[in-house]
Amino acid sequence: MSKMITRMVAFGLAAAAFSVFAAPASAQATLEAVRKRGKVLCGVSPTAPGFSYADDKGVRQGFDADVCRAVSSAVFGVPDKVDFVPLNTNVRFQGLQSGEVDLLSRQTTMTFSRDTSLGLDFAPVVFYDGQGLMVSTKLGVKSASELSQSAVCILPGTTTLQNLEDYFKPRNIKYEAVVFENPDEWRNAFFSGRCDVITTDRSDLASVRAIANDPKQYVILPETISKEPLAPVVRQNDSNWRDIVSWTVNALIAAEEYGITKGNIDEQLKSKDPEIQRLLGVNGDLGKMLNVDNKWAYNAIKQLGNYGELFERNLGEKTPLGLTRGPNQLWNKGGLIYSPPFR
Amino acid sequence: MTDAAQLNTLASVADERPTRNASSWYTLLKPYIGSPFNAVVTFACLWLIYRLVTGAWGWLVTRAIVEGGPQTCKAAAGAGACWPFLAAKLRFLIFGFYPYDEHWRPALAVLLFLGAMIYSMIPRFWSRRLLWLWLAVVVTCGVLMYGGLFGLTVVNTTNWGGLPLSFMLSSVGLAFGFVLGVLLALARSSKLPAIQVIAVVFIEMVRGVPLVSILFMASVMLPLFMPDGVTIDKLLRAQVAIIIFAGAYIAETVRGGLQAVPKGQHEAAASLGLGYWLSMRKIVLPQALKIVIPPLVNIFIGFFQDTTLVTIIGLLDFLDTVRSAMRDPAWQGIAVLEGYIFAALVYAVFSYGMGSYSRFIERRLKTDHGHGRH
Repeated sequence: MSKMITRMVAFGLAAAAFSVFAAPASAQATLEAVRKRGKVLCGVSPTAPGFSYADDKGVRQGFDADVCRAVSSAVFGVPDKVDFVPLNTNVRFQGLQSGEVDLLSRQTTMTFSRDTSLGLDFAPVVFYDGQGLMVSTKLGVKSASELSQSAVCILPGTTTLQNLEDYFKPRNIKYEAVVFENPDEWRNAFFSGRCDVITTDRSDLASVRAIANDPKQYVILPETISKEPLAPVVRQNDSNWRDIVSWTVNALIAAEEYGITKGNIDEQLKSKDPEIQRLLGVNGDLGKMLNVDNKWAYNAIKQLGNYGELFERNLGEKTPLGLTRGPNQLWNKGGLIYSPPFR
Repeated sequence: MTDAAQLNTLASVADERPTRNASSWYTLLKPYIGSPFNAVVTFACLWLIYRLVTGAWGWLVTRAIVEGGPQTCKAAAGAGACWPFLAAKLRFLIFGFYPYDEHWRPALAVLLFLGAMIYSMIPRFWSRRLLWLWLAVVVTCGVLMYGGLFGLTVVNTTNWGGLPLSFMLSSVGLAFGFVLGVLLALARSSKLPAIQVIAVVFIEMVRGVPLVSILFMASVMLPLFMPDGVTIDKLLRAQVAIIIFAGAYIAETVRGGLQAVPKGQHEAAASLGLGYWLSMRKIVLPQALKIVIPPLVNIFIGFFQDTTLVTIIGLLDFLDTVRSAMRDPAWQGIAVLEGYIFAALVYAVFSYGMGSYSRFIERRLKTDHGHGRH
């Protein structure tokens, strides 16, 4: 009797587990699956200051998280229909391939081999990063070429050490790499003088400097020794979903270019500019072409702000990270951020 | 009493050894300050302890910052502990990314769980009813955490984290792992070669690789083998990996207990006409498990802490919420140790609880005498 009950319970639990957790993830119809589920599953970094981190209430904040929310706004009209799935660097692509997430927005560098061999497609670049070098002003070094025999603090990252080697070797600059597993140790080793140079992506260097007791004591050298264009990623062979993600990003960029902000978007609805009218869904049917609501871009911008607002809120000079726009300025202001036209 | 008095007189007659009362301080301190070298070492250690204790006290209490925000702590430049960090982050540390307004759900689940645990730790309540109680508790906790019934909003497992997650992974892992372990131990000491070989291969394979690699298999490889469109929840995969791993280790410990049960017990059970399962359940296993309580608790405490390894597959357990909280740009680099101290305290309290309970159980079951005379 009791054995039978135990068996029944075990079977019931197993069946429940499968029915609850089995989720469709067909390669062709991500949008359909997303609608059915009522949520966008968005792969993000477990923790990356400024890009994806927890605020005091345990809500995921950051630039990457806001990109996910913008996609949610475009699809559902509200920003909070997102389930964030933290994915570590080494499993992020499998997470996308296996259907665990619909979209990867986690500081991922677009490269040739990733685009061609992993069954993935990249959306437009949302952040132009690059590996930089930071030194103490006491060292009196103005450029990377003046470095020699220096100890360099690095984290065991994806390509950090490789980039360093690629940059220093042809220039005959001798260095000693000191690897740290823990970011706190890594930072403190640099602050305490264990290393002369600390290297990682420039966006991270800025946050390291912000933590220092006296940030003015450190200088980020002008050289950028690698190109790290960070972009959202989707599965290959689902162009509708890819279009939605790509054009959501483009809409945020275009909004900044046309001066549409979170605050003034309702006035902009009355704009005479045909491109703004099309973007905001006043005229034309761009939304229908994407299989989403015609107000998709309006919703995303209204709820999250334009690209510049996203940047300033999460990474900009008023945040602890204190990043300047640099290459992430709009194309017509000397940067690289550019959206194709909405027509 | 009389023996001691006699000895005393004998000793004082023999060599006029100094009596205990007169020189108790001397005998007590002799090993520490008897020779100049020992004295130096002793005082150096005392000085070190003094410095450590006063230093820690100063950092933790007198120089600590109790009120304020990140800027107050940053201004103090690490002179004292920054407790506002814990105050601001406490709920995140405990519940992780679980939606803020729904925190009562995991809180209630944890309380229910702890309540049921304490209830079932009391020998007076040991009965078959406990099984039903646990079934009810597990189902209620599941519904509370996941939602979807009784108007509770669904909270996906990707948003679970913190203490509830750690409790779940370790307790479910150990409960099922224990059952699996006992079965494996029985299989390994079985007389049927096929079953024995399967058990040996399973145990040795699982024990032969680190937990980290099993977790990776479960989180990275398994989804690629699944048919298109089917994904098993990551948490469930990690949970199964932990059960398998715990099972293999518990199996070997239990097997040690099985071997320690005298052969006569098996034979006696057989001569009473008990079948295999009945003799195992009534005669052999109770004795075997009693013997292995200390190593079992050792494994339990170890696994409670090993569950922190799930962070490598992106699950946010308690220790990882601590790490995440420190990466909030507003606090980054300001509060480094405080979170770890909090985590260490929580882990220490629970590990100590498990240890004391195991000593209580050992006393109650009198393992050292009761063996073989059940």
